[in-house]
Amino acid sequence: MNIFVCIKQVPDTETKIQIKEDSSGITQDNIKWVINPYDEFAIEEAIKLKQSLGAEKVFAICLGPQKRVQDSLRVALAMGCDEGLVIDCEDNLDSLATAKSIKACIEKVGAFSLVLTGKGAIDENSQALTQQLAALLDVPHAQSVSEIKTEGSVLTVQREVESGSKEVFKITGPCVLGATKGLNTPRYPSLPGIMKAKKKPIQIFSMADLAVSTDSYTSFIDYKPPAEKPQTKILNGDVNAQVLELVDLLKNEAKVL
Amino acid sequence: MSKSIIFLEQNETTVKKSSFELVQWSKDNNVEFECFTFGTLKDQSKTDCELFGVTALHQIGESDLYNSLTWSKALKSLVDEVKPNFILGSSSVQSLDLFARTSALLDSALATDCIGLDLNGETLLPQKPLYAGKCSCTVKMSGPNPQMVLMRPNQIKSAIETASTLEIKTKSLEASPESFSVESKIKGEGGKVDLSDANIIVSGGRGLKEAKNFEILNEMATVLNASVGASRAVVDDGWVPHNMQVGQTGKTVAPSLYIACGISGAVQHLAGMSSSKVIVAINNDPDAPIFSKSTYGIVGDIFEVAPKLTEELRKVL
Repeated sequence: MNIFVCIKQVPDTETKIQIKEDSSGITQDNIKWVINPYDEFAIEEAIKLKQSLGAEKVFAICLGPQKRVQDSLRVALAMGCDEGLVIDCEDNLDSLATAKSIKACIEKVGAFSLVLTGKGAIDENSQALTQQLAALLDVPHAQSVSEIKTEGSVLTVQREVESGSKEVFKITGPCVLGATKGLNTPRYPSLPGIMKAKKKPIQIFSMADLAVSTDSYTSFIDYKPPAEKPQTKILNGDVNAQVLELVDLLKNEAKVL
Repeated sequence: MSKSIIFLEQNETTVKKSSFELVQWSKDNNVEFECFTFGTLKDQSKTDCELFGVTALHQIGESDLYNSLTWSKALKSLVDEVKPNFILGSSSVQSLDLFARTSALLDSALATDCIGLDLNGETLLPQKPLYAGKCSCTVKMSGPNPQMVLMRPNQIKSAIETASTLEIKTKSLEASPESFSVESKIKGEGGKVDLSDANIIVSGGRGLKEAKNFEILNEMATVLNASVGASRAVVDDGWVPHNMQVGQTGKTVAPSLYIACGISGAVQHLAGMSSSKVIVAINNDPDAPIFSKSTYGIVGDIFEVAPKLTEELRKVL
């Protein structure tokens, strides 16, 4: 049995996003691509759980243009994953189409005891892949997971819900878990890790190899810059005057009190 | 005429108010609608359904504990029965989980975290922010019906009160498979409204200097009946728990009023709160990036301004 970690390459948060002139997307130049921050929690957990689950290998899977995504896979390998899997795809797929491709890829590579993902990706923030992949694989899932305890093949999983509340699940057998902040502290790749990663295998699959369609049911069109906020009103005077004016504005101008 | 089914998510006392925004949207767009909910129907839920014009409600199962496996299957059977064009809901931890799993069972298009929703014939045209709000786009939906959309709360018209008579149809849930059991729900402290649903949020950052000074914000929040949020910096320093974090790797919020106290406004934080209707920034650094996203700004000492503001708010509320 193996553990699979799904990672997504996303523009670094500090990247300046520029919309193409025809509004069909963003310009790809000058983007610094990084591993989606939530996926780092998933990678760390996979490496930690490899032993306790008695997994044979930890595979890191990434979908995207093969040249570009290999950089991120090398980072995952340097952290401690055993092998990389690329699903080579020029276009962005939506989460359901991505889940279909990942399912096909996992089924080609080997049996799984656990699939880990990040809770969501910071580019589109759809937070759907974990659940969709689990449904397609016909196994249970838990999303926004902040604690995993293992007892043989039984996992006790805590997930964060609202107002600081938590739900606790017991899962027996294979499942898909979406990692959130708090699950662990992702390690930095060590120098020996980076050296070793260079020799670890990365397999590349085309969509044709996987025999899945690249049709997405959702596609993003008509990109727009964010709506301009009216200019900030900076309140002057001493503290008393500032506070009185603020309360008045909130009550009578903005009408939010 | 298109038909939608709308998820009415219940909290401990009633249906979350943002769920009714989709009822209003369906009425305004001449879309026929039925609603569905899970677990026992709270008395107040029934009252609110009638208040906001719900006429048909499918009540599924008896347990309030969320089970992704059985709930998603039940939703799929409801779709097979009702054959809606759309499944609509307000974005939350639970609805995201349920809708996404169900979308794969149905092989249907899903758009989540949407901030606008138009209708073109029988096709939904939701709008969605991307790259932490640095741009937005329209989602083109295709594939087999139904099209599924989850809206961020407080982004479209809120529900208008009207009167209706509610007809309830009950449905049962399958038993959960042995491989998966929901053990318990551990309740968070406080019982305050969750940040993602809050109408007013008071949020604090490094400018508060130390953890115990969050008390200043708690006082203001009590007066405003608000929830308290925090920046990533202070969560990472362990001042407050992660469930209070606003922004990337935390929560995305969109209240009517967001008061940022001693928060400089890193890109990651702005990503999580910039769709708030009115933003107030209080910070002693006039160059803090938070001011560029704010409606009103006070350059000043948070320890002077905040208590004063609490006092004045108490007078008018």
